[in-house]
Amino acid sequence: MNLFEFSYGIIHWLVDLVNNLWYWLGDVLPWVFGDFFDAVGDFAASHGHIAVMAMLVEALIIIIIGLVNVLNFIWIDRKFMIITPAKVDRMGFLLAPVIFVGSSIAAMCTIPMGFEFYVGTNDTPYSSYPLPGGPEYPGVPASALVAFALFAIAPFAILTAGWSSNNKYTLIGGLRSAAQMMSYEIPMLLCVASVVLLAGSFSFFGIVEAQHDIWFAIPLFLGFIVFLTCLVAEVEIQPFDLPEAEAELVEGWTTEYGGARFGLFMMTGYLRGYIGGALAVAMFLGGWHGPAIIPDPIWFLIKAYIVFVVIEWMRWSVPRVRVDQILNIGWKRLLPLAMLNLLIAAILRTLEVF
Amino acid sequence: MAEMWINMGPQHPMTHGLWNLRVKVDGETIVDAEPEVGYLHRGIEKICEDRTYTQIIPITDRLCYGSSLTWSHLYCLTVEDLMGIEVPERAEYIRVAAIEMQRIASHLMWLAAYAADLGAMIGFIYTMRDREIFIDLLQALTGSRLTYNYPRIGGVAHDTPPNFERDSLRACDYMEKKLKEYEDLFDGSKVFMMRNVDVGKLKKEDAMNLGITGPLLRGSGCNYDLRKDMPYSVYPEIDFEAATHPDGDCYARYRIRMDEMYQSCRIIRQAIQKMPKGKWRIVAPRNAPAGTGLGRVEDPRGEGMMYIVGNGTDRPYRVKIRSPIFVSVSAAKHMLLGYKVADVVAIMGSFDMCIGETDR
Repeated sequence: MNLFEFSYGIIHWLVDLVNNLWYWLGDVLPWVFGDFFDAVGDFAASHGHIAVMAMLVEALIIIIIGLVNVLNFIWIDRKFMIITPAKVDRMGFLLAPVIFVGSSIAAMCTIPMGFEFYVGTNDTPYSSYPLPGGPEYPGVPASALVAFALFAIAPFAILTAGWSSNNKYTLIGGLRSAAQMMSYEIPMLLCVASVVLLAGSFSFFGIVEAQHDIWFAIPLFLGFIVFLTCLVAEVEIQPFDLPEAEAELVEGWTTEYGGARFGLFMMTGYLRGYIGGALAVAMFLGGWHGPAIIPDPIWFLIKAYIVFVVIEWMRWSVPRVRVDQILNIGWKRLLPLAMLNLLIAAILRTLEVF
Repeated sequence: MAEMWINMGPQHPMTHGLWNLRVKVDGETIVDAEPEVGYLHRGIEKICEDRTYTQIIPITDRLCYGSSLTWSHLYCLTVEDLMGIEVPERAEYIRVAAIEMQRIASHLMWLAAYAADLGAMIGFIYTMRDREIFIDLLQALTGSRLTYNYPRIGGVAHDTPPNFERDSLRACDYMEKKLKEYEDLFDGSKVFMMRNVDVGKLKKEDAMNLGITGPLLRGSGCNYDLRKDMPYSVYPEIDFEAATHPDGDCYARYRIRMDEMYQSCRIIRQAIQKMPKGKWRIVAPRNAPAGTGLGRVEDPRGEGMMYIVGNGTDRPYRVKIRSPIFVSVSAAKHMLLGYKVADVVAIMGSFDMCIGETDR
């Protein structure tokens, strides 16, 4: 029996219970709305209704399980594992989770999900950054740059955590993370540069608005693939999760952490997966544009989660690459491809296709 | 960058058991390596001296969790050699079918662990799912799922259960289909090939000098399979090939094990079809004569050998077990030098370490 069948059984039982009373009421009061009682009772007992309710109950159970897990992390942390190993560098060890979580959540906040749906720091409209006469957008100027800058802080926190833990595995993990960031940040930002070139704006609003007619993933398909690959490397998901390669480095840079601090690292890892999806959607997949039946922010979330699922799918099906291979891929394959993509963008821009 | 020693083990995700690999790294490159085994020593050889010949069978099952049936089979072969017993033909065919099922199960477990080591969790899930079929067959045959206690001195414990023949043939058909799927999954994966080809090179001469046997030796291009070269049981009457691969890298060892699974399916099919009717067990004497018995089998991990000295009583005077992995692990340094830290999992994973038989 799976979770859905379990919820289905519960709802079915509840509906039967209530329907006994309900039909009895219909029998007792036939002169009021006899047919109405029957119709409502039949609808409540129908498969569709019970299935929808069962899905809601299922979702509720999953959310409760998630919350209980979080509580469990906190409880374990407070009860047993509030451990700072004796030989660590306390400053770095305690600061690393803060930097990691803080920078990731700040990066998430800068990404708008719709024209009326964003975390605003400044309500006054202003022109998009490079074109003073251009259209006016709300929010932070050059918000795309801010998002990528905040997104790129995390490897620094990883290096801090790895170094200050005073453990050989964490040290190797942290240094691997630094090397990986160096080699993948450049092609990724070159792809962003090509998008900015086509959109003529550093603002997320400008970039998304420029994709009103055609998503940038279509003319810049090469760039989209390169960007997605770099994204997987940046958020350290499976084919490129060398910093925490659990087979050779135990848990990499998180080896010395436990309890809620480890929980924060792990949850933020998934959060960064989502942020990566959101960045890919805003840059290449048309942001919140979509048929108007669904509101803009929901479109954005759907697209972001699809990209996230693709990333996770890759995580479970592809083996991990080696550290020298990852650098080879970054410098010898992705960097030339990103340059080529920038060239394509420049040609498209010169021909005034965009 | 400064050189440093890293202890990979005794508790480490790479080790698959309780052993320690000390590697000296210069940055990410391995400059020295030193395997340490002995954490799981249970004194099985000594325990055997206090038990009667029949009581030893379940202990030999505990030698290897991956392929326990091969070891109890080896023990029974050795004692039959010591006592001079002829086993009924039906029992021999049942044993061959069972140990080939065990070989497939063992190789599948290796593939699962290897895929998980390399980071492809999908490989772990698929192979463990298909291993279940052979474990179920062995459960129907023997009654248990991990330590079977099935061979007896002079035969096997029970006859085959009803429909065993039909189910085995079906399982072989299924397995051959699934092996094609694994080949698509692993050989078709660029990343898997990057991690395996030209990693962990072992030259043929080195392998022979170090006394390595099994898939590691055949992966280095030496065609040496005890089922062919020194046939025991009814292997001479069965048509199969010993898989070899000339490259001597991790990919070669992976290919050897895949090919062996195809060959095992062939062997099971023939053993089931050729299995005669008749007795499956004869009564063995309680006391063994004074003398020595020697048995050698092709374990999934290499050559397993057992040497028993009898002294006329119902207990052996001495039991010696030769473990293939205990010998092979001495090649760790030869194979690791010059590769990266991440290659340790691939290279040591391709050994198919089983600490139960290594430490005994």
